[in-house]
Amino acid sequence: MELFTEGDPIADTKAPAGPIEKRWDTRRFEAKLVNPANRRKMTVIVVGTGLAGGSAAATLAEQGYHVKSYCYQDSPRRAHSIAAQGGINAAKNYRNDGDSVHRLFYDTVKGGDFRSRESNVHRLAEVSVNIIDQCVAQGVPFAREYGGLLDTRSFGGAQVQRTFYARGQTGQQLLLGAYQALERQIGLGNVEMNARHEMLELVIVDGKARGIVVRDLVTGEISTEMADAVVLASGGYGNVFYLSTNAKGCNVTATWRAHRKGAYFANPCYTQIHPTCIPVSGDHQSKLTLMSESLRNDGRVWVPKTKGDDRSPKDIGEDERDYYLERIYPSFGNLVPRDIASRAAKNVCDEGRGVGPTKLGVYLDFADAIDRLGRKAIEAKYGNLFEMYERITGEDPYEVPMRIYPAVHYTMGGLWVDYDLQSSIPGLFVIGEANFSDHGANRLGASALMQGLADGYFVLPTTIANYLASGPLEKVDASHPAAVEARTDVEDRIQRLLAINGDRTVDSFHRELGQIMWEHCGMERSEAGLRKAIDEIRALRESFWERVKVSGTGEELNQSLEKAGRVADFFELAELMCIDALHREESCGGHFRAEHQTPDGEAQRDDDRFAYVAAWEFTASGEPSVLHKEDLKFEYVHPTQRSYK
Amino acid sequence: MNLTLRIWRQKGPEDKGRMVTYPVDDVSPDMSFLEMLDVLNERLILAGEDPVAFDHDCREGICGMCGLMINGDAHGPQRGTTACQLHMRQFKDGETIDIEPWRASAFPVVKDLVVNRNAFDKIIAAGGYVTAPTGSAPEAHSTPVAKANADAAFEAAACIGCGACVAACPNGSGMLFTAAKLTQLSLLPQGQPERYTRVIGMVDAHDEAGFGGCTNAGECTPACPKGIPLNTIGRLNRDYLAATAKGAGNTPGS
Repeated sequence: MELFTEGDPIADTKAPAGPIEKRWDTRRFEAKLVNPANRRKMTVIVVGTGLAGGSAAATLAEQGYHVKSYCYQDSPRRAHSIAAQGGINAAKNYRNDGDSVHRLFYDTVKGGDFRSRESNVHRLAEVSVNIIDQCVAQGVPFAREYGGLLDTRSFGGAQVQRTFYARGQTGQQLLLGAYQALERQIGLGNVEMNARHEMLELVIVDGKARGIVVRDLVTGEISTEMADAVVLASGGYGNVFYLSTNAKGCNVTATWRAHRKGAYFANPCYTQIHPTCIPVSGDHQSKLTLMSESLRNDGRVWVPKTKGDDRSPKDIGEDERDYYLERIYPSFGNLVPRDIASRAAKNVCDEGRGVGPTKLGVYLDFADAIDRLGRKAIEAKYGNLFEMYERITGEDPYEVPMRIYPAVHYTMGGLWVDYDLQSSIPGLFVIGEANFSDHGANRLGASALMQGLADGYFVLPTTIANYLASGPLEKVDASHPAAVEARTDVEDRIQRLLAINGDRTVDSFHRELGQIMWEHCGMERSEAGLRKAIDEIRALRESFWERVKVSGTGEELNQSLEKAGRVADFFELAELMCIDALHREESCGGHFRAEHQTPDGEAQRDDDRFAYVAAWEFTASGEPSVLHKEDLKFEYVHPTQRSYK
Repeated sequence: MNLTLRIWRQKGPEDKGRMVTYPVDDVSPDMSFLEMLDVLNERLILAGEDPVAFDHDCREGICGMCGLMINGDAHGPQRGTTACQLHMRQFKDGETIDIEPWRASAFPVVKDLVVNRNAFDKIIAAGGYVTAPTGSAPEAHSTPVAKANADAAFEAAACIGCGACVAACPNGSGMLFTAAKLTQLSLLPQGQPERYTRVIGMVDAHDEAGFGGCTNAGECTPACPKGIPLNTIGRLNRDYLAATAKGAGNTPGS
């Protein structure tokens, strides 16, 4: 059977024509408004409380809508945006170093390897400056200079210093800002907060998204929640690899369930492997820990020049070290974009020059920076990261170089959305990492926080009004046949998982799935590997539904059941990721196909055949997905071979 | 390493609960504490027993979701470290380890080691914010902030809301948590207009949620994985007193 079929092309019909710097203004003017009295009568569901979902829920409530917010954690403050370390980009040009909205736009389109939509990216760059203003007004304690003004630093893929930060905890501070705005609205009664609730199904009535089915993770109670529109802000799917820098609970279920109900899934194979993570230490490993990319500002990456050099790093002389990023990419050096830094690390390890017990690691060395700036200055900048490293590895990075290795970190793919951030299902909006929109095939460092907050604070609250203004929608409640059917599906699925009572745990399946994905759909992909992976995933999925053992019942706090549902969806996503990676016969950004590289090993794009977004339509279980292509047009940034040399 | 775990098991809020002993073998010193519990749970599931429920998410010490009393210490023996970042190399082969949930009347047990910390959210909802609706913000550089104040505000803002301070406090007080947010916002110019209504609102919400009062026992800061300083509570008290005198800041010119 064929792996997929091709359907009609799709297009984004929402971005206005005309000069790119006027498009967002034009859209805002043309978008219909909802008058304040009517907003009170409208309910919007927001799933997820990270930077995108938290900021969207707070802002929609401020505007007067009734908001129902959901998260699986015990508090909205714990969404995984909190773990982002390095910073947030904004085109403020406070450094007077040549930055501008246009340069941030340009860097982002280029950094994404020319696989993102120009209109969306330009809007992101425009809005970036408002985000900093908003967060400062909320009391986010950004790093400041002695004069009291905001400090910035540089980040991978940029030659200007446009990254605002709060020590190594920028995500935490930005999220708490959004969370506090959200709590204010909860206190005012404008947001109904449902923590420890998980969305398990989308309800569609007359072709429009009208609700969700959720499970209360404490009591196990299943309920159906209806609304005028549904916003998914449920994050990325990096945990399909089992080991990633994502939180343990991060999952694809909300977006995957929407995909099964008709929302197109775009570019699932675009995954970001972050170059600076702490290497795996053993089979017990449950997650990987990121060391912020900001460390590459002062740390120098190296491996021994000779294979199998087992000496301690301090015994390896300067002339015996290969600072390979500085050697291969002299103009960007240690600050090349993530995809390039990750692949370079893989290459030197494949050559047998990796370091550490597993040989899957490279050094990130601060000795020069400590000599130049003093230990105190390094402590002030990176103290918490160095401590974290020492706690995990038992090694002191002030004395011994850190060992790092790439790990899955972020997923650029996600549900397809138009310029209004609306999916292919009317009334279903998708924001933050859960959508595919702005990063193309590779995201630049410090741009995830920017996109999450741009979507939540500024873009969605404007565009969703245009949809809601087309109402009022017919009143429906949980007794509508479509809602009852969705709820029954959820209940049946839970019963099915509990009834298997096999002999393998959910984690053992998840770990095995992760190994298949890392091996064949990770940093380097090939046709043979991907075909093998698809066969293996299918076999493993079958085995999962026969042999998984889920303990307990559905009517209680049951973490084993929660995991089982999530892993079941990861199996389906994994297959689509491999099919997407297989069909994209080119290398671009985080998607590197072994068959498509330049003579010196760089990614070889094929713009004639693949300058499009691959939007996948689900048909039926076991049936091939349908590929819809959205052609990408580049009017302002002309695709070139990306060079950081 | 071989260890003996004594873990608090409680089916639900109504169950009385008890300590149950589990031996675990082949523990690697490179494992995190939670990975060690994962290994135990895998075994329990295969044996048809109910795995131990515990909260966790990011496993990198920032989300604040994990929280265990380990041998009577909130987050275990290593200072400045959450349970998820604690590694087994901190323990000795053959050791017996007691693992319990946070114990505080404001944090009722949900199941096993999982507690309900919703009371913290209520404290924030009662004033732990700056009222700055989206779109209303002035240009970020229009208000400089002295670096010392910005740094001190950051230090207080580093709180992860895990609840270790409450668990460590003999009174089950949430004052360090409350004071951390108040200190952050009172040190910044953006936080000034609501400074006194904020302290009254948050302290009232704290008391209503069933947390105990602060008697300067000083157990909270050593237990705090982020080292939130005890002097934040002094700031809270000063602001609370001033707010009471000023009529919660509602008097013009106060």
